[in-house]
Amino acid sequence: MSLPELHTNGSTAPRSLAAENFAQCPLPITGHDTVQLGHGSGGKMTGDLISKLFLWAFENPVLARLDDSAVVSLGDSRLAISTDSFVVDPIFFPGGDIGELAVYGTVNDVAMSGALPVYISLAFILEEGLPLADLKRIVESIRRAAARANVTVVTGDTKVLNHGKGDKIFINTTGIGILEHDYDLSSRNLRPGDQLILSGGLAEHGMAILSRREGLEFETPIRSDTAPLIDLAQITLDVGGDDVRAMRDATRGGLAAVANEFAVASGIGIRLYESEIPVKPPVAGACEFLGFDPLHVANEGKMVVAAAGERAAEILEAIRKHPLGADAAIIGAVTSENAGMVSMQTRIGGWRIVDMMVGEQLPRIC
Amino acid sequence: MKYLDEFRDPDIARKILGEIRRVTTRPWVIMEICGGQTHSIIKNGIHQLLPDEIELVHGPGCPVCVTPLELIDRAVAIASKPGVIFTSFGDMLRVPGSRKDLFMVKSEGGDVRVVYSPLDAVKLARDNPDRHVVFFAVGFETTAPNNAMAVWQAHREGLDNFSVLVSHVLVPPAMSALLSSPNNRVQGYLAAGHVCTIMGWEEYEPIVEQFRVPVVVTGFEPVDILEGVLMVVTQLEQGISRVENQYSRAVRREGNMPARDLIRRVFEISDRKWRGIGSIPMSGFKLRAEFAAHDAELLFDAGAIQVDEPEICISGLVLQGLKKPYECPAFGKECTPMTPLGATMVSTEGACAAYHSYHRHQLVPDVTS
Ligand code: SF4
Repeated sequence: MSLPELHTNGSTAPRSLAAENFAQCPLPITGHDTVQLGHGSGGKMTGDLISKLFLWAFENPVLARLDDSAVVSLGDSRLAISTDSFVVDPIFFPGGDIGELAVYGTVNDVAMSGALPVYISLAFILEEGLPLADLKRIVESIRRAAARANVTVVTGDTKVLNHGKGDKIFINTTGIGILEHDYDLSSRNLRPGDQLILSGGLAEHGMAILSRREGLEFETPIRSDTAPLIDLAQITLDVGGDDVRAMRDATRGGLAAVANEFAVASGIGIRLYESEIPVKPPVAGACEFLGFDPLHVANEGKMVVAAAGERAAEILEAIRKHPLGADAAIIGAVTSENAGMVSMQTRIGGWRIVDMMVGEQLPRIC
Repeated sequence: MKYLDEFRDPDIARKILGEIRRVTTRPWVIMEICGGQTHSIIKNGIHQLLPDEIELVHGPGCPVCVTPLELIDRAVAIASKPGVIFTSFGDMLRVPGSRKDLFMVKSEGGDVRVVYSPLDAVKLARDNPDRHVVFFAVGFETTAPNNAMAVWQAHREGLDNFSVLVSHVLVPPAMSALLSSPNNRVQGYLAAGHVCTIMGWEEYEPIVEQFRVPVVVTGFEPVDILEGVLMVVTQLEQGISRVENQYSRAVRREGNMPARDLIRRVFEISDRKWRGIGSIPMSGFKLRAEFAAHDAELLFDAGAIQVDEPEICISGLVLQGLKKPYECPAFGKECTPMTPLGATMVSTEGACAAYHSYHRHQLVPDVTS
């Protein structure tokens, strides 16, 4: 008996850094008494946790910038520091694995501040029973990724949890980089007239993970875009200099989260153009099939650059010369209207708000 | 993906819009019945591009939105029982019952899992013989064949640790019920393309006959929807009413016979309560008696569940196309996707959530034009 195809759907979500209510009492946080999955999704629930609990507890000017890495001065040097934990299922996926991800994820955050990553730390939380062969494979992949990103692993830690108390392997990395210039890159710097450049097609990492995790097979297998963005970041700064306002890698939460962070932090409006946003056809097809919005899906090798309008074309051209930036495009503009909000001109000429997800993006019913 | 691009092509869309403007001479109210279409309309800004005379109202076609609160409470109660693995499509997990949603049950240690197909739930039952696996079978005619297949399969394999909690609703009886209401404003329908992929469109012929409203079977892409609107308006302007098929690339008059046959073997038609609307006779499916061993409602005693809807929520009126989400006093204030009061704010297919996500503020005209 032949049955119609299933209508299914699912996805990842974005990160809100709306830094309102800094000095508020930490509760209530979204009305939940316990931690929910949505609190780790990078969506509005995560933002709520950050602003109402973490910022409330640790408020200081560096943290309050809520950029992906903290820029601090130490003696005569300016350093960028960033930390991230990697929990991903499956740990090996088309186009990468958790080890590579743990290196590139952190060095990319450092690179987005304009710094050259130099050192990283590496902490493993392992579950009893993880095959050593898998761990070796991951360590080997970390070694290769660190070499490619030109960073040295200088310290680390290992903990083992009882079987069933963890999920195979969690990795935390912290990266340190040096700023060799004194540009001030921040999501707070955008101004009306700036333009946004995206370095390539969206949603590849998220859809690669999801299709692997759920055993969904697509005609063309989707590969994660995991890659170091250090060169692209340096090219951007070399060409754009002071006219680069901010750079962000569009990870969890996708482009929608980055654009919203920019809009809120800078108090400006952002207008995206749907027809200019690159999404590779198989990825667009998979998103369609699952009912996901590519704007919300995670990337691990794509960055968004906000630059002065008159310099954007030049910067775009330079980015496009690099293999990782071949599909780069100008995808939006900064406006003075609708401060704090991201809107999008749809392909057919309407408009809509581009929001962040509330919690996890979920498979819909039909 | 050329197949898709064609149905999102701005030039084709513009041409159809021009055509709609040309044929429209009077105000018309058209309802898209399906939440997927509501979502597509709002997300693509289609409603802004139509001539002012044409008002699109949003129908009850989101199965998450119309699932009664007491059934969600029942699901929560079952999912909280030890030994149960409770499975569902993702968006059901976030729908608040009167006290909890399924995500909260999960965070309290309940074994609640998202599956992408009811057959995955059957597999879970096969792999976990010492546990009982429940699948929350929610949906319109679209999901019915797969849900029926899951029950059929479990039955054949003798998996007595698999059951479904059924909340299946049918579209045509709801369309008739809305048209019969004294408050009805709907003058034409866009019928849901994917429902018709299964069921065909024979069922709409009596509705057209009785109520004299045009019904156009319509797909989900922007060009589909615009074409559907054009076909409805053309009929309305000419004073005719019949069933037409815009979605001919996927839908045949009789639908998918093997799928319909499977549905018939496993389910029978029954009365159903629709959240926000009330009970509609013969508007849903329940399991046939021979599958009682797989009926979670019979297997689990969840106690008597009595619930009250939040008083402020007007989602019933929204679902019937009588109010727009932004006319609700709680919209965007007490009620947001983070703190939903009604199911129409929870599901991404719900009209309140769609308006909130994509159009909660009135933006200034396009900066690029
Ligand atoms: S906005 Fe919220 S309270 Fe109002 S009708 Fe919609 S779901 Fe109900």
